[in-house]
Amino acid sequence: MRISCPHCGERALDEFSYLGDASVTRPDPAAADAADAFYTYAYERRNIAGPTQELWYHQAGCHAWLVVTRDTRTHEISDVKAAQDVALERVNSTTGAA
Amino acid sequence: MPSDRYSIFSVLTEALRGQTGWKPAWRKATPKPNYDVVIVGGGGHGLAAAYYLAKRYGLSNVAVIEKGWIGSGNVGRNTTIVRSNYMLPGNIPFYETSMKLWEGLEQDLNYNAMVSQRGVLNLYHSDGQRDAYVRRGNAMRMHGVDAELLDRDAVQRMYPWLNYDNARFPIKGGLLQRRGGTVRHDAVAWGYARGADQHGVDIIENTEVTGFRITNGRIEGVETSRGFVGARKVGLACAGNSSRVASMAGLNLPLESHVLQAFVTEGIKPFIDGVVTFGAGHFYISQSDKGGLVFGGDLDGYNSYAQRGNLPVVEDVIEGGMALMPRIGRVRLLRSWGGIMDMSMDGSPIIDHTPISGLYLNGGWCYGGFKATPAAGLCFAHLIARNEPHAVARAYRLDRFRTGHMVDEKGMGNQPNLH
Repeated sequence: MRISCPHCGERALDEFSYLGDASVTRPDPAAADAADAFYTYAYERRNIAGPTQELWYHQAGCHAWLVVTRDTRTHEISDVKAAQDVALERVNSTTGAA
Repeated sequence: MPSDRYSIFSVLTEALRGQTGWKPAWRKATPKPNYDVVIVGGGGHGLAAAYYLAKRYGLSNVAVIEKGWIGSGNVGRNTTIVRSNYMLPGNIPFYETSMKLWEGLEQDLNYNAMVSQRGVLNLYHSDGQRDAYVRRGNAMRMHGVDAELLDRDAVQRMYPWLNYDNARFPIKGGLLQRRGGTVRHDAVAWGYARGADQHGVDIIENTEVTGFRITNGRIEGVETSRGFVGARKVGLACAGNSSRVASMAGLNLPLESHVLQAFVTEGIKPFIDGVVTFGAGHFYISQSDKGGLVFGGDLDGYNSYAQRGNLPVVEDVIEGGMALMPRIGRVRLLRSWGGIMDMSMDGSPIIDHTPISGLYLNGGWCYGGFKATPAAGLCFAHLIARNEPHAVARAYRLDRFRTGHMVDEKGMGNQPNLH
């Protein structure tokens, strides 16, 4: 498995460290159901067999957080984006919708 | 007369009549329309649960439904180590129950599982690590589990050829559990399958569970690739794939699936007579009775269902081995493979009810599932039969992450790839 960092190009797996599911967002701590929402956020996992979006950190490279789209059944990587760009897209799409 | 029971007499009798009287160890069952209990997953845990359900809890209208063949999953992919050197109150009695069941397993099953109590030695390399092992050893002894703290000289008498004077990680001693050891993993699956079959359990291979029939929050049976099978109670014992199976019942579990690699070398003469673990890296090794060195190390660290890993971990494991025992460097590696682990959020398993009435979960075994097989089967059978947890498995609740009652041996929190 090799990951193509958008900043550094294709690099070996041992330059990266893994965090997990990139599709979840931190719940609002002021919400009425915050305790339940934080339990789900912190402890439950979708644990999908198939393509997933996950956060990887380019620890031995540019120190960027990346959103990697990877199939957990085959380890095939179909897309890598900077996490910052993904986060901005999300913010823009929510503000656009509002 | 066919030889149902294995003994010296059956071996001699069969020798005299040309080995013609042996029967298959279990029947190829076809599914009945209804069972009292259906266990999903014919691995070690599922077969053990079925065996104890029939033998100890008097429920023989039981089926084990397995997607592949018996023992094709993690029970045949692990490094065969058994031990009960745990530290936390929720864990020690459970794993010691398992160790005691291992000690009587072959007599109970009338099956040679090659249980070999050759000792498990965890090495320490610093004063701080020694103190941690003193604490662990004391916790074990207070629960009646054997543990011995060895100094460097005592370890050297056992294994004179380890690298004691590694500049970075010198070996200072070890914590030894003499009752720990190895068990022939496939034979555990086969022995439990045979035992369950003899008590009337239907073992249904090559049949995939494709869904659950749930009415008003109560389980009614499972949909399979061979049609609907009704059941009053259904137990899931498909660790590695618990999330996938439970998602068919609409459940989202506190688990991630990760790949753990294992390795075996070409067969060599007797070399390591126990199980040795490196305390400075993550490396554990034993020698199979066929002569191969069987070893493993860390998880690859990313979610996976692929049953194979990547080279950085291969390199890391082998570096650990070379640091500990440089003389293995000239042995050739024969095979490496990966198994899929249910990694839970505190590194401990789950044996509990689910929110669906009649649906029970045995999962989250991280990479400690094999050693737990007998106790996991017993406790899962107890839970299913009595609808209450077995006394030694009370800590393994599904809701413990919500209530804050985690059992976290390593203190790593909800980052499963670190357990």
